[in-house]
Amino acid sequence: MSIDAANKVCLEKIQASTAVWSDIKKAKDVIPRMGERTVLHAGPPLTWEQMCGPMRGAITGACIFEGWATDPEGVARLAENGELEFDSSHHHNAIGPMAGIITPTMEVSVVRNDTDNRETYATLYMGIGKVLRHGAFDDEVMEKLRWMNFELAPLLRAALQHAGGIDLKSIVAQALQMGDELHNRNKASNALLLTSLVQHLISVGEKQEVLKAIDFIDKAGHFVLNAVMAGSKGMLDAGANIENSTIVTAIARNGYETGIRVSGLGDRWFTAPAPMIDGVYFPGFGPEDANPDLGDSAITETIGLGSFSMAGAPAVVEYIGGTAQFALETTLKMYEITVSEHENYKLPPVNFRGAPLGIDIRKVVETGITPVINTGIACKRPGIGQIGAGLTATPIECFTAALEAFAGRNS
Amino acid sequence: MKDDISPIQQPVRVINMGIESFSEDLRKVEVDVIQMDWRPPAGGDRKLIALLDSLEKQV
Repeated sequence: MSIDAANKVCLEKIQASTAVWSDIKKAKDVIPRMGERTVLHAGPPLTWEQMCGPMRGAITGACIFEGWATDPEGVARLAENGELEFDSSHHHNAIGPMAGIITPTMEVSVVRNDTDNRETYATLYMGIGKVLRHGAFDDEVMEKLRWMNFELAPLLRAALQHAGGIDLKSIVAQALQMGDELHNRNKASNALLLTSLVQHLISVGEKQEVLKAIDFIDKAGHFVLNAVMAGSKGMLDAGANIENSTIVTAIARNGYETGIRVSGLGDRWFTAPAPMIDGVYFPGFGPEDANPDLGDSAITETIGLGSFSMAGAPAVVEYIGGTAQFALETTLKMYEITVSEHENYKLPPVNFRGAPLGIDIRKVVETGITPVINTGIACKRPGIGQIGAGLTATPIECFTAALEAFAGRNS
Repeated sequence: MKDDISPIQQPVRVINMGIESFSEDLRKVEVDVIQMDWRPPAGGDRKLIALLDSLEKQV
């Protein structure tokens, strides 16, 4: 099969995919190869020694949550003695923003791609600021994590089962026409999710717990993001492993390296050092506090959301910096490195063109234009949390390495 | 008639590809310039260009 024919097959599978938030289950009950001490993380695989502050902080919180240790020193001993089994979430059909830590008893969303008979998983979104995914693990964070796991998750599970699942692809398509780009701006999508959920929450829950859940999902602002990430991964994984395809199926960062995966090159990662983020900082913080780029949330850009759909979300620049003109220009640039447009995700400001879809490693290398990522900024010190948001670029070295491997794939 | 005017007597309008400082110099003398965002393929890297050419034959 020619490259163009392979890319067409890849994109047809992605376009035909569904994303239905269908359930919430314990990680160890649904995530494949989840052992007793498995710790899944964002981005390509890496060692404890390579892990940045926020990732170590998030692992510390997760280990305390699991009861494996009681303090950071105890967690470090477990890691250094090889008693924690680290792996990339991507290797287990899972995904997570920022540090993206998933441990066995955490409750995870189950998102189904029924067209491809595929399930993907993500933890529940905790909110902005001092949260586990940014490496914070104080008592307030741990209390919130326990409430989410032991009270919110069962309520949401019952509501989802009552609803028969919630169609995330439809929510994303609507929200793109309401000013969201679905990575750093989720004003519309979060409200649409809540609108879809609320009648079912009321049907299955007690008044006080339902009110608390509604208030949390509303104030979290981006609660929908993790489920959309899982859905996006499920779509892109449907297009993975198509022989001769040059389409990128994942972009992910672990705070040490950024990695990409390419459909025709199997499960290999092509990596380069994680870049810093050009961003807007919360009061009291600056670039000297920032960690390099971190998290699996660039899966949104890989499916055509985030920076790729910024033209439709000019207000996002108030959060990540830039101008409305820059937002439009970014989307137009991303069309230069993609081979298709999304059939369902439409952008009003560019005459309802579909979102740029199908990053082609050949186009990236040829043009020198690399995928822009809208992202949060974590403090490099563990225990602090999110300190800002901004823009970064996927390193060109990931694409040149992939191109060289692709050119030599049959030799 | 306008066509009779020598090109060097007409206002200069420029589209510049490549090095942006050429545009900046012209703007300083109040010449209309459009800077085109263009770079040589693969940044001019011959090895990468050869790889892209080899893949071009596989489409």
